[in-house]
Order: sequence, then C-alpha cells, then structure tokens
Amino acid sequence: MTIHEAPHVCPQQALTLKDFKSSVEPIWCSGCGDFGVLQALQRALAELGRPPHEVVVVSGIGCSSRLPAYTTAYGFHGVHGRALPVATGLKLARPDLEVITVGGDGDGYSIGGNHFLHACRRNVDITYIVMDNRVYGMTKGQPSPTTEADWDSDAAPGGTGVKPFSPLAIALAAGANFVARGFALDVKPLAAVIAEAVRHPGFSFVEVLSPCITFRPEEMEWKKTIERNAVTATTDRTEATAKVLGANEMTTGIFFKGDRGAYASAPTGHGDAEKIAEKFVVGA
Amino acid sequence: MSTTRKSVSIVIAGSGGTGAITAGSTLLAAAARDGHYGLMTKLSGAQVRGGEAAALIEIGRSGIDGPIEAQPDRFDALIALDWENIQRFAPEIPLDGDSVVLSDPKAGPVPAVIAATGARILEVAFGALAGSVEGGRINMVGFGVAARLAGLDETAIEAAIRAQIGAKGEKAVAASLAAAKVGAEALAALGVSMALSPGEKKARWMCSGNDAVGLGALRGGIEFVAAYPITPATEITEWLAVEMQEHGGRVVLAEDEIAAINMCCGAAYAGVPTMTITSGPGLALKVETLGLAIAAELPMVVVDVMRVGPSTGIPTKSDQGDLDIALHGTPGDAPRVVLAPISIADCAATTERAVHVAEALQTPVMLLSDQSLGQTQTIIDIPRTRPAPLKRLVEPAVTGPDFRRYALTESGVSPMPAPGNPGTQWVADGLSHKESGHPSNAAVDHIAQMKKRLRKLETFDWGDTWGEVHGPADATLALIAFGSTVGPAAEAARRLTEAGTPTRVVALRLIAPLQKNRLAEALAGTARVVVVEQNASGQLFRHLLGERALGPGAESFARPGPAPFRAAEIVAHLTAETREAAE
Ligand SMILES: Cc1ncc(C[n+]2csc(CCOP(=O)(O)OP(=O)(O)O)c2C)c(N)n1
Ligand code: SF4
Repeated sequence: MTIHEAPHVCPQQALTLKDFKSSVEPIWCSGCGDFGVLQALQRALAELGRPPHEVVVVSGIGCSSRLPAYTTAYGFHGVHGRALPVATGLKLARPDLEVITVGGDGDGYSIGGNHFLHACRRNVDITYIVMDNRVYGMTKGQPSPTTEADWDSDAAPGGTGVKPFSPLAIALAAGANFVARGFALDVKPLAAVIAEAVRHPGFSFVEVLSPCITFRPEEMEWKKTIERNAVTATTDRTEATAKVLGANEMTTGIFFKGDRGAYASAPTGHGDAEKIAEKFVVGA
Repeated sequence: MSTTRKSVSIVIAGSGGTGAITAGSTLLAAAARDGHYGLMTKLSGAQVRGGEAAALIEIGRSGIDGPIEAQPDRFDALIALDWENIQRFAPEIPLDGDSVVLSDPKAGPVPAVIAATGARILEVAFGALAGSVEGGRINMVGFGVAARLAGLDETAIEAAIRAQIGAKGEKAVAASLAAAKVGAEALAALGVSMALSPGEKKARWMCSGNDAVGLGALRGGIEFVAAYPITPATEITEWLAVEMQEHGGRVVLAEDEIAAINMCCGAAYAGVPTMTITSGPGLALKVETLGLAIAAELPMVVVDVMRVGPSTGIPTKSDQGDLDIALHGTPGDAPRVVLAPISIADCAATTERAVHVAEALQTPVMLLSDQSLGQTQTIIDIPRTRPAPLKRLVEPAVTGPDFRRYALTESGVSPMPAPGNPGTQWVADGLSHKESGHPSNAAVDHIAQMKKRLRKLETFDWGDTWGEVHGPADATLALIAFGSTVGPAAEAARRLTEAGTPTRVVALRLIAPLQKNRLAEALAGTARVVVVEQNASGQLFRHLLGERALGPGAESFARPGPAPFRAAEIVAHLTAETREAAE
C-alpha cells in the first residue's frame, strides 16, 4: 500500500471549533437537532487536535447526511445507506486518516442496516454518529426503524404497529467496541462523548437523539425527558446490554467501552508482480 | 506407425472423487512441457461437491497455428473412468465414427447416447490396472492412457506429475508415475495412436482468464479489493487474496456487493487503486453506486465475469448477456468505459489497462469477462506487450479557497488530491455539483459537469485499445465479436478463408466509448458484416446500431448460452445464410 506520512499533531497551534466550520450554509430547518450535532462534532475535532485535512467525514443520504460539507474536513456524501462501507474502505486503505461516519436512522438502521451489523462485527477503527430523529426527514416524514409503533403519519396512518428496535443493543450484540447515547442539544457533553468515541480503538457507535422540529415537533420535549449521564461505562458487554435494555431510552452517556482489537489495516509495501507472473510459466 | 497430427482432443470423465479434473490438468501440464498449446474446459454436475466431472481438452497446434482459443467441434477420444451420469454431459461431448471411447467393461455397459455416436469402443481395465499399483488411482491410469494416446514425452509426463502431485509427497508421486505407466502400456497394447507432431519446446503460460485478470490487477497497481463471492468470479478474489499476502495490499470480503463497491469508493477517494469483482447478479446490486462513482469521479475497476442469466440463471456457464447493464445500468445518464478482454491471454493486459484508464480518467471502468474466458485453463504464448502505465492526476493547480475539485478543464480531468493533503479539502458527492464540488441544482452546473464527464472519455488517447483485426486484407466478410466469442469466430474465419471466402475477425475490446473510426477502418472493403455474440437479443449488435457504427446490411448472429460457440456452428450459420441470400 502507498506509504503515507504519520499524522502530525501540532501542539503549539491549538485548533478551535472555527477551524472545522465551513462556509457552506446548512439546508437544515432552523431548530433542527442536527445543528447541535454538527457543533458538537466540530468541538470534538478541535479538541482531538488533528487538522481538518487529516479528517474525513463520510455520510449517506438524508438531512443529517448533509453534514460533511458543513465541516472543513475532507468529506464523502455517498448514496443512501452506504456510508459505513465507504468509511470502511477509506480507513483500511488509509489507516493514517481519522474517519468519522455520520447519518440518520433511516440511512443507518433501515437501508444500511446490514452494513451497520457488519461494521460492528468487523470493528474497523472508525466512529459512527447516528442522528436519530425517529423519522425520515428528507422524504418528509415517514416512520423509520426507531419510530414508535403508534406514530401516525401519511405513510402509515394510525402507526406502523411495528415495535422499534434498540440500535444500542444491536450494536452491542454485533460487536461494537464503544457504545454511547447522546442528545443533540446538549452540545458540550455530546462533544466530550464524540471525542472519547474517536479516541477509542475499533468501531465506536454514538447514537444521538436529534429532534426533527418539522416532522416530529413533539421531540423538542426531549429537552425535559432526557436523563443526562445517568450511566457509567462498563467493559463488560453483558452488563452493558442489560443496562441498555433496562434503562430509560432517554438515558444518555457511555454504556460500553470494549477491548476488542481493531480490524488490522492492510499489509503495506509493494511486491514485484513479475515474480507472481513467473508462477504462470511452464515448459521453460 | 501412424502419421502424426496437429492436435488431439480428449475428454476425461468420471464420477465425483475419481479425479477426472486432476487427470485433465496433469495432461495439460504435460502437453505444455512437451511444447504444445492447450485448452481445458471443466464440466461439473449441479452438486456442490462430488457428482460427475469431465475435463474437455484439446492440445497441440504448436508451430505456426498459435494457441487454441475455442472448444473443438468434436472429440477424438473419450476416456470414461466410469459411466456414472456421464449421459448428462453427452451433448457437450460431441463424438463421431472417428472417435474412440476407452472404458472399463467392469464399469458396466456403454450408455446408449455414447454408443449411438458410432465411436469405436475400446476396453481398458482402469480399475484392475489401478489396483495393480500400490496407491494407484484410476484417474492417473486414465492420464497415462491420454498422454500415450497424444504421444507425449516421458520426461514431460514425469515433470507434469511432479508439478501437479508433488505437494502430496514422494509416495504419491511414485504411485501416480506407476499408474500412468500401466495406463500407457495398456493403451499401447490396443494399437491406437493419435500422436502429435513434435511441439516447439519453449516457455509458455498455463493459466485461466481469472488468474490472468488477477495478475493484470497487480501489474496495474491495484492495492485494495473488496468483493462478495459469486460464481464464476470468486477465483479472481481468491487468487488475489493469496497473492496479496506476499505482494501487499488487501482483499476485504464485504457483506454484499453493494458494500463491496462502496468500500472501493472509500479506497478510491483515499487515493488507492481499487477493484471489485462480481458476476451479473452482483453487478445488478452495484449499479446505484456505479452512478455515484461516475458522478463523483472516483477511479475503480469493476470486474463482471458473465454467466447465464437472468436472475441466478446457470452460474457455471458462459453467456454475454450483461452487456446492456454494463453499458447502461445506472440511474441517470452516466457515460462510462466498458472494456472486454479478447482472449485469455488478453485478460492480463486488458485488466492492467483498465486500472490505468480508471486512474487516468478518474472513473469506474467496467471489465467484462465471461465464464468461458475466466474458468478455461489454457497454454498460451507469454504475452510480451504491456500497456504503458498511467497515473491519477493528484497535484492541485491551486490550494486554499480557490481549489476546485471539479474544475472545468479542457481534457475534462481535474486534479484529485487525496485526504491528508492540506488546503484541498473537498467532498465527494453524488449530488449534482459545481466546480467546487458543492451541491447545485442549477442547470448550468449540471450540464457543465455532465459535459466534463463526457469530454474525459472523448478526448482521451485510447491508442490501440479499441480492438484488433485478424484475417486477410482482401476479406469480403467481417465477423465482429467480443470476449470469449472472439476465439471461435476467429477459428471460423480461418476455415471460411481456407474454403474460399476471405474472412476477417474484428475483436472489439473497447466497447464504450466506441471508437467508430477504428471500427469503420476495420470493416473497410468487406461486403458482409456479421456481429456474433452469445446472448439472446443481440446486445452488441443493438449497441453498434445505436452508435450508427454498422451499415444497413449488417447481420446479427446472436444466441444465448449455455452451449459454447464452436467454429463449426458459426461456419454453418454463415454458409446457410449465404445460401439463403443467393436463392
Ligand atoms: C436508494 C434510495 N432510496 C430512497 C431514497 C430516498 N431517501 C432519501 S433520504 C431518505 C431517508 C432519510 O432518513 P434518515 O436517514 O433518517 O435521515 P434524516 O433525513 O431524517 O436526517 C430516503 C428514504 C434515496 N435517496 N435513495
Ligand atoms: S426535516 Fe427534520 S431532520 Fe430534516 S432538516 Fe428539517 S428538522 Fe432537520
């Protein structure tokens, strides 16, 4: 593989949130929870200290997936549901880069659900932030895999009647190495959780409750119902799973910090293809 | 002693576990060492493991004729190690009154379909002969029979056994040598010989098209491969997984084909040459992301080893029905490059070229192989020419706020710095975008970027990538073919020429963007043009018509797999058509 210089951190020049703020105007509705997530991510990146050109933010499609262009980092805004494979290929090809994946609950749990399972299982050293608003925002308000069974919408009048699943429990069962929940409007604590997720080796998953003010205005009430940092991280997967399933689903904080070794990056160095070609030769 | 011949075609068949394919591979390896060309098609039943198997082999043609690139019209000999279920293969093993069948009377009567061919039936006690040797196996007796029938040299036979069986230890080698010897003696006692005229002993390649694609990928500089297993493409992935351990780079087994091509998008964005490998059903899953790679201008090679479709079709058999999806399969209008190797030997160079073109043009390149190219084993001349390397343009003209990833250059190619490079941060996006890469719904931006992507393919110097022409300058008939159809079409052209109709074969390698001028030059002077392809609806014919690359009288000879094209079928079609036309 191409040899790239080791990342250099420049301690003299402290980075600030501004260094990660791009000039592109977000398309988000004013009051959308995703603004908080963007700010928290920018804060976390500043704190982590890697310059923007050593960071890549990858996403799929959705309101939340618009985020990469709003940072000054390198970015990839791909197709719906496929952000995690893109991030996986990127990180394996270039382990020197900091790779952050972002998206929505539809993108990550519905169309991209299979990739979510396998990203947890594979445990490549990337961070995955899901802005869960329990709705498909971009397509104007259809229920997602985390939407309550009785939530009424045009696409499912009276509700889907289907129980939502717990992304955190799934992540734990599938092998994620770091599992946390945050709240979009608690920018500072969320930034701290994201920074820790990025630092933690392997696949780190941060589910962020991020209200959709337009299609789920009632989610603004989350400000009141959130149970802030009501959990302490454990290194025991069983215990973490019990906490996730037992706790109020509004509980924020870090549930699990595992010790799985991250999926190894590719062996570097270039062999001589002509040596391999010699294996085809007969009759010399 | 009977006269020698230019080539001999032999089938070795047996039920699961008898090792018919190993015997066939050993015969091919011995022929290579004795200076011959060769071609081996493997047949197996529907069972995942076990079941009947047959190795269909032609060897010889050393000297002026060049490698064998099509299955023979008929077989000279069938070596039946037993008779279990062989009738299932009978249609694929044409025999006639000049053929011989060598079988063990202990294995039961000769099946009616075989007897009905009129082939001469000869008895060889495979079971008893194998039993007479310690550790002897009947497939190696069968190999000995075949090798003696073709008149192969003792040292070549021994070297081939050592190469094929050596890993199993000296004891196994000794047993195989002894088994081959008793087989050869039994054949000699029957007094039949189909001995080949002496071959020209020189270094050659023995490989399959799938192996050659793997080598071409490494030569081209592929460092990252992501794939999901699918017949008949998996062998490329497996070959690369093994070779890359030493060579460097990585193969990732993705959770599905969509994940695989998206992983390639990530690696391509990261600055690394990348490839994904699949067959038709997997290609169908990849097309949405193919559009993303075209729009975001991400280089990658997408290999499709075509099999019979639609849907699951016949996974182990060849067909050329994915041309339409390769040319057009993506949402929206997405110009692309489609390359198809024109022979097994060409699989290496065309794959290498595909990597270079993808990198140089920052776009996905479809590499259309097919089951027949991919899984057939051949002995061929060592390809001596390799494409000139091309690299990705990464050096930005400016850095900072003025950097524009999708700058509208004359060539259509704009600098693509990789992450890690300061001052050139850009976002790859499937949304229509401006030169900066930022999303835009404006018609001017959309059209300018669409034209830029078209321009890249139009202004590129394709050199001789377009294809090849073989045959006489005064040809009146031209056959246009691609992929594994080129071999049988070329053989048909040779025969037609010999029979008094000078015929040329135009082998198309660059199917898109079509180099119409080169094709027109290749067809110049011919009165009749026939497009030969292995699919039901004439996809190449329609493509060429759509591009206005064919004259009004051009004909289509299209028929689907799974049966391979044989030269005789093409000749018969053309002469029948000629007769009809004359009437
Ligand atoms: C293959 C495909 N299917 C459907 C769509 C339409 N689509 C765009 S975004 C989206 C859902 C977005 O929901 P979510 O991921 O939760 O993000 P949000 O907009 O709520 O942030 C859908 C269904 C698409 N772009 N591509
Ligand atoms: S629709 Fe909802 S999720 Fe989308 S930008 Fe508006 S508030 Fe945010």
